Amino acid sequence: MRFFLEVLISGLLSGVMYSLVALGFVLIYKASGVFNFAQGAMVYLAALSVVGCMEKGAPLWLAIPLALGIMTLFGIATEKFVLRKLVNQPPIALFMATIGLAFFIEGLAPMVFGSDPRALDLGIVDEPIEAILNRWGMVISRFDLVAAGIAALLVTVLALFFQYTRIGRALRAVADDHQAALSIGIPLQHIWAIVWGVAGFVALVAGMLWGARNGVQFALTFTALKALPVLIIGGFTSVPGAIVGGLIIGASEKLAEIYLPPLMESAFGGNFGGIEGWFPYVLALLFLLIRPEGLFGEKHIDRV
Amino acid sequence: MFAYRKPLLAVAVSFALLSQAALAEDQFFPIVSYRVGPYGANGQAFYGGFVDYLNYVNLKDGGINGVKLVWEECETEYNNAKGVECYERLKSKAKVSTGPLHTMSTGISYALIEKAVDDKLPLAMMGYGRTDAVDGSVFPYAFPLVTTYQMQASAILKFIKDKEKGSLEGKKIAFLYHDSAYGKEPIVALQEEAKLNKFDLSLIPVAHPGNEQSAQWLKIRQENPNYVIFWGWGVMNQTALKAAQKVGFPREKIIGSWWAGSEEDTVPAGDAAKGYMAATWNVAGTTVPLIADIEKVVYGANKGNLQDKTKLGTILYNRGVSAAVLSVEALRGAQAKYGKGKPVNGEQVRWALENLDITDARLKEIGATDLLPPIRTSCANHEGSGMVKIQQWDGAKWVPVSGWIEGDKALIHPLFKVSAQQYAKEKNIVPRDCTKES
Repeated sequence: MRFFLEVLISGLLSGVMYSLVALGFVLIYKASGVFNFAQGAMVYLAALSVVGCMEKGAPLWLAIPLALGIMTLFGIATEKFVLRKLVNQPPIALFMATIGLAFFIEGLAPMVFGSDPRALDLGIVDEPIEAILNRWGMVISRFDLVAAGIAALLVTVLALFFQYTRIGRALRAVADDHQAALSIGIPLQHIWAIVWGVAGFVALVAGMLWGARNGVQFALTFTALKALPVLIIGGFTSVPGAIVGGLIIGASEKLAEIYLPPLMESAFGGNFGGIEGWFPYVLALLFLLIRPEGLFGEKHIDRV
Repeated sequence: MFAYRKPLLAVAVSFALLSQAALAEDQFFPIVSYRVGPYGANGQAFYGGFVDYLNYVNLKDGGINGVKLVWEECETEYNNAKGVECYERLKSKAKVSTGPLHTMSTGISYALIEKAVDDKLPLAMMGYGRTDAVDGSVFPYAFPLVTTYQMQASAILKFIKDKEKGSLEGKKIAFLYHDSAYGKEPIVALQEEAKLNKFDLSLIPVAHPGNEQSAQWLKIRQENPNYVIFWGWGVMNQTALKAAQKVGFPREKIIGSWWAGSEEDTVPAGDAAKGYMAATWNVAGTTVPLIADIEKVVYGANKGNLQDKTKLGTILYNRGVSAAVLSVEALRGAQAKYGKGKPVNGEQVRWALENLDITDARLKEIGATDLLPPIRTSCANHEGSGMVKIQQWDGAKWVPVSGWIEGDKALIHPLFKVSAQQYAKEKNIVPRDCTKES
């Protein structure tokens, strides 16, 4: 039972890390109805900006706002040079644009800041908390708990922002219909620039935490891989959904990784494992069949 | 910042060299490289070392017996399809003369192994690639030089056995591996070793890319093995070290493969990497006389290939130099047989790779003592050595903690033979009679 709980908690905490990446997707989707293929690349760019600034002599406290500045400028530039031309175009056109953007960032970022994998020390030790280990014999990382706290704070702030601010309401209107939003005087370009800037901020938080955990390197772009099933389960338009989806994916994939292989081995023989690579997608597929809009997504009803 | 100036310069230089490649009196090298993309950082150090040594031979000796070395690079981004595309682009230029083509990727090796026979272009796969190509009777144009995954795993076990006072009986060893062909290759060797040495082997795969391993390390914590043998790649390496720290598993009990044993693998993991060990078939450092001389001759002439000179002397840089040393030694052997002072073609280089004899004395002569192990190849043994060292990360650099250790050839090589014969049967290949080759 202790081991089960340990795996479960570890999975939930891993899920929070997935949620951080998924949040960026949700923001863009809410504003434009488009799946931002470049979100993983943005996580990479953000983390690389932090270590890049630090290598130029900036301390961490200064590197973070500098990186935020870079991400904000990037957001504004994306709106000005990519999205502005695509207003009222089909979502697939915007989606294709984000694919181009992803490759652009993946090529440009290492060219500017270098491609060497680098360590990022945030001063949070990724070691088991002694008190928990001694009392319950369970390994819970201090770093994971801090990450969970940061994610909770971020979700609260974003949820309040979308629900209670004028920009949040304007953003939801834009997501529903670009043309209608423009016709009632909502400044679409302004809204998109803001939302891409906020998505850049979320990417910065995710990039710093993932970078501190695994090193700042190209593989940060892969963090987006786990965000897709999180979004399918939580819903593409829900900030709390990204968190709940992340927790479900994190916990279920870890439990599956530990407890499924022995069952599969006794049934089929051979050696099984490494199933957490595909398990979240199978789970997402099941959710799609049962609840296509996700747990917290908006249900679309089209009149025929 | 503005690090793009050097790559642009490199492109310009490549075009300049391309024009030189057309000269019939030069020795051409086709290079399929990856300096950008997901694993670009690794490629920059390796190909930096490789090209620096070719430059060094040109600058120091005026080429090989007067034959100047020229080369052309083609970027693969470590992508199999691009690797094949690059091969197709370069092979026509490699018709008159060619050095061995280092694929630097198991996937690209598999994709090219049959084409290379048709095109008579020898492939060098140092420490990776199709390992049963050790049997040259079936694979005449493929050379898994120095050592293979299986021999490396066997050598790691020999190292552990020595630490455990000569016996592994009753010990628990976990094999944590990248769930791919690369990660699975040594399993058969480890299982044979487990039977022979009576230890418990537990197999724990990690799905690509391996940036999340908490379940695997909780399992390791629960099983509490004596050692973890680790076959990681890319981000999986740092993640494993950090995850080991998180569950409190001692890094001194983890021994990685050579793909998990460079500075690029340990530096990003910070303190979590301290004490971690890994196999290697080349040592790090600029104290190796050859590396020091490359710095003096090539970088002194401002012709160094590295964009970031701090990579000079790193594991991957020195590995690139080692790969180039073997290639150049093969070309010397081919010239000695087919005519000194003349460029040599693929068939001739193939013969030379099959008859390499790089002794300790020769390594000393070129200033590469202990940089890599002595190698002697033959038709029946395209590996030629089977030796690795174990090195340990002290928090700042890799330090060798063993001499050269040879895997259990008597146990492992018959496994290659069986696999190669199976391949020959599937492809209707009639194996050469190695007793008639010289």
